[in-house]
Amino acid sequence: MLSFLIRRILQTIPTVLAVVLLVFVLFSVVPGSIVSTMSDDSDPQVELRMKKQLGLDQPVYMRFGVYVARLATGDLGASFRTREPVTTMIAKRAWPTLQLIFASMAFAVLLGVPLGFIAALRPGSLVDTVSMVLAVSGLSLAKFWLGLLLMYLFALRLGWLPSFGYGDGSLKYLILPAVTLGVSPMALLARTTRAAVLEIMTADFVRTARSKGMSETRVVKWHVMRNALVLILTTMGLQFGALMGQAVVVEKLFSWPGIGSLLVDSVLQRGIPAVQGSILVVVLFFLAINLLIDVLYGVIDPRIRYA
Amino acid sequence: MKLRANLVIGGSLFALAIIVGLLAPWLAHTDPVMDANLMNAEEPPSWTWWFGTDGQGRDIYSRVVYGARISLTVGIVSQLINSIIGVGLGLSAGYFGGWWDDVVNALTNLMLAIPSLIFALAIMAVLGPGLTSLLIALGLTNWSFTCRLARASALSLRNQGYVQAATVLGYGDLRIMITQLLPNMLGPIVVIGTLGMGSAVLSEAALSFLGLGVRPPFPSWGSMLSEARDQITTAPWLSVFPGLAIFLTVLGLNLLGDGLRDILDPQSRSRRT
Amino acid sequence: MTGSPLIEVEDLSIDLDDGSRRVPAAEGISFRIDRGETFGLVGESGCGKSITALALIGLLRPPLSVSGGVIRFEGREIQRLSAAAQRSLRGNRIAMIFQEPMTALNPVSPVGRQIAEMFVLHKGKSWREANQLAVESLASVRVPAPERRVKDYPHQLSGGMRQRVMIAIALACGPDLLIADEPTTALDVTVQAEIIELMRNLCAERGTAILMISHDLGLVANVCRRVAVMYAGRIVEERSSADIFRAPSHPYTQGLVDSLPRLGSRAALGRSRLKEIAGVVPAITNFPDGCRFNPRCAQATDICRTAAPKTDLLDAGGLVRCHHHA
Repeated sequence: MLSFLIRRILQTIPTVLAVVLLVFVLFSVVPGSIVSTMSDDSDPQVELRMKKQLGLDQPVYMRFGVYVARLATGDLGASFRTREPVTTMIAKRAWPTLQLIFASMAFAVLLGVPLGFIAALRPGSLVDTVSMVLAVSGLSLAKFWLGLLLMYLFALRLGWLPSFGYGDGSLKYLILPAVTLGVSPMALLARTTRAAVLEIMTADFVRTARSKGMSETRVVKWHVMRNALVLILTTMGLQFGALMGQAVVVEKLFSWPGIGSLLVDSVLQRGIPAVQGSILVVVLFFLAINLLIDVLYGVIDPRIRYA
Repeated sequence: MKLRANLVIGGSLFALAIIVGLLAPWLAHTDPVMDANLMNAEEPPSWTWWFGTDGQGRDIYSRVVYGARISLTVGIVSQLINSIIGVGLGLSAGYFGGWWDDVVNALTNLMLAIPSLIFALAIMAVLGPGLTSLLIALGLTNWSFTCRLARASALSLRNQGYVQAATVLGYGDLRIMITQLLPNMLGPIVVIGTLGMGSAVLSEAALSFLGLGVRPPFPSWGSMLSEARDQITTAPWLSVFPGLAIFLTVLGLNLLGDGLRDILDPQSRSRRT
Repeated sequence: MTGSPLIEVEDLSIDLDDGSRRVPAAEGISFRIDRGETFGLVGESGCGKSITALALIGLLRPPLSVSGGVIRFEGREIQRLSAAAQRSLRGNRIAMIFQEPMTALNPVSPVGRQIAEMFVLHKGKSWREANQLAVESLASVRVPAPERRVKDYPHQLSGGMRQRVMIAIALACGPDLLIADEPTTALDVTVQAEIIELMRNLCAERGTAILMISHDLGLVANVCRRVAVMYAGRIVEERSSADIFRAPSHPYTQGLVDSLPRLGSRAALGRSRLKEIAGVVPAITNFPDGCRFNPRCAQATDICRTAAPKTDLLDAGGLVRCHHHA
């Protein structure tokens, strides 16, 4: 198990390096002078001084070397404007984002998976049709539109929940953003679960289970669920990526102080180090989640173990 | 029966969106950008203002109608770029194998490691807002599934008798790929493409909502919702119609994609009872 | 064939509903199996033998369904029983083993647990007791080191071992009838004889009747006392195994027997597959009129093309469905 884990971690290193390179190239080479987009003051003297100060007068490969060397020590650079270290900026915002992501995934799993099961066990029934129509609708919604509507209804009209912000970090602030963010993974999980269960129900071992005299409920509980879990986990893993992306929009909409809104604000203010740092952290998190899911595969499906 | 319903409803919604986009100048009541009149600001929906007016007195109905142009252009063109990249890379990787396959695989894994909306956002940050930037940003970031699919089918088709026969007959590689391999994988690729168009429409709306897509005053559904957010207490109707337009367009594409999958992708069809 | 039979099938029909129409996949199926008896159902794939077995154990699923006839188990009509009562027969009194030991076991569940389920389901045991009994079951099908093997997953076992596990599951509750659907077809030739031997011995010890289904007449005749031959959804001949080789009555059976190597040698264990009789098996949607074998039959006359033959009793004992039977 440990060697499997170490091997998997080693396998992600090239990807991480490639992302580092990509992020660096994207922002350090393409847009030309960062300093000129940073200040409206286009005095060449000032610009040169600032470049020197920021080490931007060095050739690109030197800058990349310095960047990677600093990364290795956990230094993501500092804001050009406020000189605040990016690592600190991200650290402050990591917890709200984690809260949001995991709360939405929990919402998605707790609703989507049972919905998919119920639909699959009665294919063609009213429950099936209604839940699949709901699922395809959930996938077609713009997250921020749904968020706006929920905000209007539950915060402004009914006054049950706060409309935006992190507040004191209590649960009531989390509900609307998490539900908004969770709807499309929920819809997708419902669809995947349904398809997975339908497929598994035709498997030979399900027929064996029935031949043992099991009720359909037991067939599902004892034999279908664990097999469906593998497919559900795959979808979950992919959905974490989509969730990280959508979190940017939802955090912005609800003024949620997470990494997503840091990313958008930094992009709008051309705060390049913070943009690079946020993207790197998001990718690292996503890779870590996928690693975790690979480990879970092994736990659920013995055929994959230590492979 | 359900199979037909998907296709019919999805196809109609998508066709409706296209017609609205094409006929926008005739369907719109006013010019979506120029006809701002503060005398009519924040009118709720009525017979005169079907969808109401915004804070600057612009007719929301007309702006929604024109918004179809941006959404559909971005959706269709960026997905076409994605499909071409995905098929090009995947097909050649599966066909040639070797180091090229390794390169394409590494590239695909890299793409999958970065959430596509975040990648698109980064590209938008570099290129600056605008329609062209949107097409590039969304066209470069969502090809990995098409690529994987094309690679897998090329791999399995490569060893089929008729493909080997074509090789023996001295057909060139490009000709074999286009005439022998491509037609056999087109079905699933069209399905992914249709669904991809839907997510491109959503991504465009999201980027414009964040202020990184089409810049106001041009009417993108996403940027309209961004403006609507600030007026949600005084003019909630502003938040309704652009979102509804996005929803119906994307729903159409998703249903169409599902319907096409039932017809074109026999493997997944057999899974349904 | 005296006394009350264990299971009795009377005029059973099974329909295939392809959405637009219903076609009979099997019809007029009648046979009986006594306690502890061994009975074989033989025919080419698609003749309806497997779906007949599934109907007995109540596992037909759409698009297939029973459209007529009666199945009696110990005199009780199975179809009239409640769903719960049917389930308490299934696995407990009537058990089944399937062709593919590879896919018939749940890949993500240890084999011991899959055996133990039987005791939990039908004998009201706790999981702890059931797991203990599972070890004994594995030992009884001669799996070495059963106390370690129970923790194994199916992919860790060979095909023959998996089929032993299937037999352990099927015989766990001491059923009265074991349905074995091509139990050795997917196995290596060397393993086949072992599995057949094991199954036959265990059933003989416990007085369990066997309904064996196979395309292999030689194999079935070797295991079973009586054999019914199916063709295109109908039973065409039912005889004792000895008679069917000595004097096959239906032209189709004659063809089957002729195509076996070492005719009449029951010790040969008939390992070879059936050779095709001239012509092809008709598609289920396209059964010919009259006797369904007539397009392939050398003895066919006009009546065979128009009228379906009735089932006749043979003087020597047995049944045949042919206008010109010997």
